[in-house]
Amino acid sequence: MAIKTEEMVLNMGPQHPSTHGVLRLELVLEGEIIQKVTPHIGYLHRCFEKHCEAMTYPQIVPYTDRMDYLAAMGNELGYAVAVEKLLGIELPPRVEYIRVIMAELQRIASHLVAIGTYGADIGAMTPFLFAFRDREVVLNLFEITCGARMLYNYIWPGGLSHDLHPDFVRLTREFCTYFKPKIVEMNNLLSTNRIFIERTANVGILPLETAINYGITGPMLRGSGFKWDLRKDDPYSVYDKFDFDIPVGTGKHGTVGDCWDRYDVRIKEMEESVKIVEQALDQLPEGDVTSAIPKRIKPVVGSVYARVENPRGELGYFIVSTGGTSPFRLKVRGPSFVNLGIMDVLCKNHMVADVIAILGSVDIVLGEVDR
Amino acid sequence: MKSAEEIFSLLKEKYNDGVMELVKQPVDPYITCDPLLINHISLFLMTHEELLFDNLMNLSGVDDANGKSAPVNGVNTIEGGTLSVYYHLESTKFRHKIVLRVSAPRENPEVESVTLVWHSADWHEREAFDLLGIQFLNHPDLRRILMPEDWEGGYPLRKDYANPEFYRGMKVPY
Repeated sequence: MAIKTEEMVLNMGPQHPSTHGVLRLELVLEGEIIQKVTPHIGYLHRCFEKHCEAMTYPQIVPYTDRMDYLAAMGNELGYAVAVEKLLGIELPPRVEYIRVIMAELQRIASHLVAIGTYGADIGAMTPFLFAFRDREVVLNLFEITCGARMLYNYIWPGGLSHDLHPDFVRLTREFCTYFKPKIVEMNNLLSTNRIFIERTANVGILPLETAINYGITGPMLRGSGFKWDLRKDDPYSVYDKFDFDIPVGTGKHGTVGDCWDRYDVRIKEMEESVKIVEQALDQLPEGDVTSAIPKRIKPVVGSVYARVENPRGELGYFIVSTGGTSPFRLKVRGPSFVNLGIMDVLCKNHMVADVIAILGSVDIVLGEVDR
Repeated sequence: MKSAEEIFSLLKEKYNDGVMELVKQPVDPYITCDPLLINHISLFLMTHEELLFDNLMNLSGVDDANGKSAPVNGVNTIEGGTLSVYYHLESTKFRHKIVLRVSAPRENPEVESVTLVWHSADWHEREAFDLLGIQFLNHPDLRRILMPEDWEGGYPLRKDYANPEFYRGMKVPY
């Protein structure tokens, strides 16, 4: 006797601990096999782009913090780079170096959350606590720099809000020495864990051509084996002055482009970020960090697209100026927004439990998806 | 690596009237195109062996607000003029970039979808449709993305947008 089967629609979210925010996934299931995934977003839509049209250029900086709230320094850096490109101003070298240090520390902090919550999502609680313990040290560094731990308003178009704390260089060096063995610890604890590998290797394989066609960037693209990093391939700020590698997925435990590769790229990127921070501290020049900040920002008529490598991928700002003191139109190309669009391709023919593993490896922040 | 002028002359040769002009501005020069031919132009740019624009970095809708604006019942409305879509393209092989721009009339903003050429355009086009009301022809799944599904208060990113008085029977601002 044949068993009668039919497709089932299952809602995951918007209140679900593994969707990393208010994301709703509509799953179409055949038994326990995924047929189709439709992400529903917009629960956190705060009209960021509309707000920007009513504010002057410097006023927008704190709002950019609130998009990708785990990598606020990166958002500010991207916005500052875009406005400076539109204005065509040169910056003092000290500003550029401090920006690089901040962006890389932020990358470490952001990847620690990504790795920690990824472990927690698929059942490993301890790495989560370890990752947050180390992230705390980075947040303390930000706190002595600008007073805030997550939303900084530190990098302004043309400069920085204020100079470094006298202890910053010493404390950051201490952090670098402290953090290097912690990466090894994380590898022993999670990366080479048999259960973790079983859950992530050969799951959610992303072929390279598909990734490029879907506009995937950041650790996801590199996990698929493509050496593409805007810090090297389209350098901004002073990234061309540092020596660092771009880790790519190798398919060590499964196939190139699976969840484990994406996870591994993040671990290796933290090592590279520590390298960049150490080099930047060695070369840190003296100077004034506020001298180049324009008194009044009023760009010429025109449009500009500038992008930076955020922890989650390519963060781009498209600004249209009509010569006023506020942008005529500002559009943000958020890496999470674009990367989330590939969920359907990655999840097809996997089990329901794999959706959690795949979503965690995409590493989204809903504040940026919805803006 | 090709310059904007070379890309423009290649396009002009192939599409003649479908490609209008190369606009030079202080930072990124852009090429204006026909909104109803943009899918063909995109496919050409992506597949031409000397161009290979395989990466659509960004797609943004813009309200140009270049029509006649007049207050109607105390609300500023714009009549005529255009809505535009900007495409930022890049080739991961040759490392060159180009910006395309299409403009469609405000009353009937129809632009051909490029989703079948670059899948990354899918959500960007849905966003431009949702917030600016640009109709992307032949888009596989054109529906709202950021606004609520039952939203009837107009297109928020248009320059003549005014807050609705009520939302689901609730007074705004409440």
